[in-house]
Amino acid sequence: MKLRSCRQGDALYLFLEGEIDEHSVSGVRAQCDRLIDANAGAKCAVFNLAGVKFMDSTGIGFLIGRFKKLQKYGMGMYLENPNAGADRVLTLSGVYTLIPKLQG
Amino acid sequence: MNQMQLTFLSRSENEEFARNAVAAFALPLNPTLDELSDVKTAVSEAVTNCIVHAYRGTEGWITLSCRTEGSRLHIIVSDSGRGIEDVEQALAPFFTTLSDEERSGMGFTIMQAFMTDFSVSSRPGEGTTVSMSKVFGAKAEADAQ
Repeated sequence: MKLRSCRQGDALYLFLEGEIDEHSVSGVRAQCDRLIDANAGAKCAVFNLAGVKFMDSTGIGFLIGRFKKLQKYGMGMYLENPNAGADRVLTLSGVYTLIPKLQG
Repeated sequence: MNQMQLTFLSRSENEEFARNAVAAFALPLNPTLDELSDVKTAVSEAVTNCIVHAYRGTEGWITLSCRTEGSRLHIIVSDSGRGIEDVEQALAPFFTTLSDEERSGMGFTIMQAFMTDFSVSSRPGEGTTVSMSKVFGAKAEADAQ
């Protein structure tokens, strides 16, 4: 799995690419956390999932973990562009009640 | 009817191998992309459980068997690991024995939701077997009626 990021004003954008499972998530977890630490002054982080081809429940744990970390900095978190499969996993587990999905 | 069986080590790189092998086996049944995605997710959950829970801190064999029956795909994932003390509790949404590890506790809930049939049997100290099946085209048939 790969991670790209960019900062636009008050928002940190994180673009995840590849398949999120228990094997792939560990490297990206540390990388995400470093980016969040480095952008602690931002208002929110937007995780763009357009490049995520597969995600199982490991992704839920990963996203909620980042949500908790962002909360400590007082930063909001949003999700964007999950594919149909990831969207089903996220909807079923109620993730969107914690981490809203941006429309459009 | 077609059948296949795979045995592989409980290494996390085999999660992707297992779900893609099942997807490839299921292709002749003409699943939709959504159905295939459901099956891959359920297999990934079952295999991850074997690696993260059943063989925690050790390495062991995972057996994955598939059988087709008309438009239905049967999948059995079994291990000889530590087993589950309380299956009913393990099936509850958000329950996890590894709460300090960013585990969602949603694995069994996803298997149940994404597959047509699901059952799990386990003996502590001996292992766990997850049996599940999916009927392809069920949604299209229901929509047509």
